[in-house]
Amino acid sequence: MNHNIYIYILVMAGVTYLIRMLPLVLSRKEITNRTVRSFLFYVPYACLAAMTFPAILTAPAAEGMLVSVTTAAGVAGFLAALIAAWKEKSLITVALVACAAVFITERIMVLAL
Amino acid sequence: MDRNSFQQGIKDGIPIGLGYFAVSFTFGIMAVSGGLSVWQAVLISLTNLTSAGQFAGLGIILAGGSYWEMVLTQLIINLRYCLMSFSLAQKLRRDVPWGHRFGVAFGVTDEIFGISAAQKGKVHPSYNYGAMCVAIPGWTLGTLAGAVSGSVLPVFIMSPLSVAIYGMFLAIIIPPSKKNRSVLLVVIAAMLLGTAFAYVPVLKQISSGFAIIIITILVAGAASCIAPVEEENPA
Repeated sequence: MNHNIYIYILVMAGVTYLIRMLPLVLSRKEITNRTVRSFLFYVPYACLAAMTFPAILTAPAAEGMLVSVTTAAGVAGFLAALIAAWKEKSLITVALVACAAVFITERIMVLAL
Repeated sequence: MDRNSFQQGIKDGIPIGLGYFAVSFTFGIMAVSGGLSVWQAVLISLTNLTSAGQFAGLGIILAGGSYWEMVLTQLIINLRYCLMSFSLAQKLRRDVPWGHRFGVAFGVTDEIFGISAAQKGKVHPSYNYGAMCVAIPGWTLGTLAGAVSGSVLPVFIMSPLSVAIYGMFLAIIIPPSKKNRSVLLVVIAAMLLGTAFAYVPVLKQISSGFAIIIITILVAGAASCIAPVEEENPA
């Protein structure tokens, strides 16, 4: 690898801290521009949604398992998490429901195939 | 130091710390299975204290991406903290020395921001420190536990755990989507574009880090023009 892992970590931590620190330390007034406020409001939803889908479908990629098995497990995990999140379960509950769906699907398909 | 605020912060921080432990456990596993050392995984968690940013950053490290890609990805993914810090800047008591803002800033996460924003009236920095005293060890120790056990856990445990982080993301974005139609459309549009960037020729050449930046700017930008939020926070 051409890159130094500790420089990566320094960059990550530095950028993340500056984003959190600068507004707190510098801002004395609230942002009033409606478009900027709206953009910042939508950012987490767009960002987290783009990171989640379709990555969740291919996340369960265990060595020694068929792609059809892990993909089916990914779909099951996504749907299970979607339903649990729709019912407004807590973060941990939704995460565990998704894991359980993947686990069960993989076991069933491994047995069935 | 305000003792009551600090104790209240610890109390409210306990469920956060437990949740962090579970998610950072997954981060520890993924980091070590990608080739990082246990110490490096723990160092990332201790210095970053953020889920989405760390997972995305790990992806760039493992892919050998450029430092600029890392800067841009962290900037975009963690841009929401900017909004939270602006908001928290209004909420913090002004009779407390300004220097505390440097300390409070380190602990601006979705969840800690959430509980401090929910407090009535102004917030003493001690409240945030209290929550951080539970949340930071939860996040760091979870990473350590995951990193240490990652190499010994069997595949049938590892594979299901890999979706835990996405489950948490869905738990954050889906409930507001039920209440706000614009948020729902933003989520759907971002997922559709994400699919396009993963599978459509040419588009799929773009690294996933940059794809997320592009999608976020496009979708959040379009939404802020088409459906600007009202003055009262709608979600």
